[in-house]
Amino acid sequence: MSNLIKGNKYEWETVIGLEIHAQVKSNSKLFSNSSTAFGSKPNSQVSLVDAAMPGMLPVINSYCVEQAIKTGIGLKAKINNYSVFDRKNYFYADLPQGYQISQYKYPIVGEGKVSIDFKDGSSKDIRIVRLHLEQDAGKSLHDQNPTKTYVDLNRSGVALMEIVSEPDIRSADEAGLYINKIRSILMYLDTCDGNMQEGSLRADVNISVRIPGEQFGTRCEIKNLNSIKFIKQAINYEAKRQIEILEEGGTIQQNTLLFNTNSGKTKPMRSKEEAHDYRYFPDPDLLPLEIDQKIIDKLVNSIPELPDERKRKYAEDYNLSNYDASVLTADKYVSDYFDSVINSDNALIDSAKIVANWITTELFSLLKEKNIEISNSPISSEYLGKLIKLIKEDIISGKIAKDLLIEMFESKEDPEIIIEKKGLRQVTDTSEIENIVDEVLNENQKMVEQYLSGKDKLLGFFIGQSMKKSKGKANPKILNDILKLKLSKKN
Amino acid sequence: MEFKSINQLKSLIDENKISVKEIAQTYIKKIKEKKDLNIFIYFDEDKINNQVTEIEKLPNHKKLKGIPIAVKDLFCTKNMPTTAASKILENFNPTYESFVTQKLINEGSLFVGKTNLDEFAMGSATNTSYFGNTINPLSNKDNPLAPGGSSGGSAAAVAADLCLGSTGTDTGGSIRQPASFCGVVGIKPTYGLCSRWGIAAFASSLDQAGIFSKNVTDASILLEEIAGYDERDSTSSNVSIPNYSKQLNSKLNGKTIGIPKEYTVDGISDEINAVWDDAIKSLEKKGAKIKHISLPHTKYALPTYYIIAPAEASSNLARYDGVKYGFRADEAKSLDEMYEITRSEGFGKEVKRRILIGTYVLSAGYYDAYYLKAQKVRKLIANDFIETFKECDLILTPTAPSAAFPLNEKQDDPIKMYLNDVFTVPASLAGIPGISIPYGKDKNGLPLGIQLLGKHFNEQEIFNASFALEKDYE
Repeated sequence: MSNLIKGNKYEWETVIGLEIHAQVKSNSKLFSNSSTAFGSKPNSQVSLVDAAMPGMLPVINSYCVEQAIKTGIGLKAKINNYSVFDRKNYFYADLPQGYQISQYKYPIVGEGKVSIDFKDGSSKDIRIVRLHLEQDAGKSLHDQNPTKTYVDLNRSGVALMEIVSEPDIRSADEAGLYINKIRSILMYLDTCDGNMQEGSLRADVNISVRIPGEQFGTRCEIKNLNSIKFIKQAINYEAKRQIEILEEGGTIQQNTLLFNTNSGKTKPMRSKEEAHDYRYFPDPDLLPLEIDQKIIDKLVNSIPELPDERKRKYAEDYNLSNYDASVLTADKYVSDYFDSVINSDNALIDSAKIVANWITTELFSLLKEKNIEISNSPISSEYLGKLIKLIKEDIISGKIAKDLLIEMFESKEDPEIIIEKKGLRQVTDTSEIENIVDEVLNENQKMVEQYLSGKDKLLGFFIGQSMKKSKGKANPKILNDILKLKLSKKN
Repeated sequence: MEFKSINQLKSLIDENKISVKEIAQTYIKKIKEKKDLNIFIYFDEDKINNQVTEIEKLPNHKKLKGIPIAVKDLFCTKNMPTTAASKILENFNPTYESFVTQKLINEGSLFVGKTNLDEFAMGSATNTSYFGNTINPLSNKDNPLAPGGSSGGSAAAVAADLCLGSTGTDTGGSIRQPASFCGVVGIKPTYGLCSRWGIAAFASSLDQAGIFSKNVTDASILLEEIAGYDERDSTSSNVSIPNYSKQLNSKLNGKTIGIPKEYTVDGISDEINAVWDDAIKSLEKKGAKIKHISLPHTKYALPTYYIIAPAEASSNLARYDGVKYGFRADEAKSLDEMYEITRSEGFGKEVKRRILIGTYVLSAGYYDAYYLKAQKVRKLIANDFIETFKECDLILTPTAPSAAFPLNEKQDDPIKMYLNDVFTVPASLAGIPGISIPYGKDKNGLPLGIQLLGKHFNEQEIFNASFALEKDYE
């Protein structure tokens, strides 16, 4: 699989590094007791500290620190026993302190890595540079009044984890896989709710292009993207923009860009001349964060099974392909559902591949249509297990099973009960099938003759007619055998 | 009517010889009489009278029941506005009470008003206040003198007998120097002893609340009330607070007092050196051992301080932007212009000077040469003290290089003004406790202060030696 982009003159490689801002899942803010609930009335979750009243002081929320450490462990990263909170100084209306408390020189988490999986079964490691804790700013509302800007400080002080990758990503698709993987790990760890629509997970994209093998080009940073779709669009647009400039003999200006989701284009946010000098320095209101190794060890033991481990288990225990396993494990709830289907009946262990297919194709499409999360699936894992067992035992055909699934989705009923009620049980009685076949052959004498004179393809026609007559209940294998036998006897 | 000490007034209250109401009336009258000294930014008779009923309900065992206290207008108070002596906080009414003032309220103190200071505590003469100079109560009419600063109003309030004690804050000498100028006792405790919660910040790593009083005993009584751990201040120390006043004694046997050679500075008057000598002799006579010591990095303290303090201030004062509270210029046409005009008009000259210095030393390209280096030097200075305190219990120095100077003398020369802090700044950088007590007078009869420095959290030792020296003037 080639990631190269064809220009007019050369083939180009896109080089991408991501800074993901993930909101820490925590009831209260990083340095105050205010609530972090989403969607509350503006300025209803603002403490004296969040509003930067005179003499107010930040106090670290130890739960947020634990969440960051857990995330670091999940990213296979080095946890730093010593880290420092710095002030990043700049003025903005929704930044009440006039500085953001962040971590600059000494982040809480150092180098780590995550692996992403491709359809062809291969995978790739993306290296993590660091993860640090910082406060979110408030929100400026420019569209509430023609001449005024309103400020909502509910988000002010909410804890964020900034996860910075090395420039190891080579395409928009890889970027998408990477973000999905990070999101998946955070959700398994329960350290971020992963809700991109509510802004719990946002990303800044650093992007440059080069001819493979050459040095990295000058990069631009696209700020504040909050969906994987937009991230991919922005990357593809920006890569092409840079390639065009370079192929025309121009140079790339290092710049901070914004992506316009309507036009699909990037545009400069501010030029280099206006670049901020943030005057970082250690926040004198806070002591350096010193973390006892015992606390880290305790957290290591509390880490749940992560997607990569489950993936490995699925591959080994159930013989699933790396890609199938990675699709199943990407979302913890999907994976939990899969586990619970398999665990509902020992007989299903050998049918893991079938279970996986039923979940990722049939069930997914029903859920998607009704916009329901799998954790709220109307079809319980136990009933899906039963359904698959019914197929395996030839009690119903695959085709009937699909109709049955829709019925189960609507009625939430046990598939066995539906089958009994509607008489959907597959016909395996050979004499009954023989009767049907005889009828079909009698009614289509001409076709039979044609078949016998060499038109083999007509077998499908006889199967279809017989199946129709049986209302779909005839066991396809038995039907097939009987048909062939009867036709050969006519010869 | 004059009360000499907290204990004296407290016994009168306990014996029902005076009511809280009478105390309030007495001090209201005194404050009105001294109105010309401009000691208070906020003084409201009704606010004082309103407290009386509440205080009278309190049981007598409340240690400060009815004791008149003045509060530096840098402490946020619920019942009185808080300005930090700045236009930018004119008319600011906090909805919260600072840790220190709340503790004083809990013990029944009567707040007589909010005292003047240098704007955001930046200054050494209480002459950078938006609300005008405070005049040292010890001045004569023809020659008004500065009370020192930045807590000049609080020092003057005690000196003019407008209260029995007052709160101050000391970042580089802002309690000790005005105490010296006004002839009162002023203690800056160890950094972290009193919570900074609710005190408008100047330089967070240096700011520390403390006390002015008429005598050492009163200082010890008040400090034990305002000290203590506060989980809302991450730099507050979780140490147990001794009962300073109960343990107060003047025994100096076996104690070693260090006399640092670096505190003999050129241009310091003979009078100050003479007072220093007197104090040394007195301590020796009382049984202490005198040891000549060296604090080799002392000469770097002032430049180090004037990098670190402005750096922190430039960031701490960023919150005063006109967006959320306080003054906002209304003629601005954009957000940037709003900041520009609000902060240009809202801050005075000295505050702006320090914001500029602080912004400069933190800038990309200058950070390492200034801020980072200053932090390293600060460690060396702190280490000087740690090493020295292995061989002595206390250090004795003059508090300030001069007695109170005329009001407008150093107004236009910031460097000269900064030199006022030369003896007080090293202890601030090291975070150690220091006291200034009046000890002798100059030829014009103005008080001169002597400074005692101690080990971290060893305020008791400082109080004891001060208590001993104080007896020379009883």
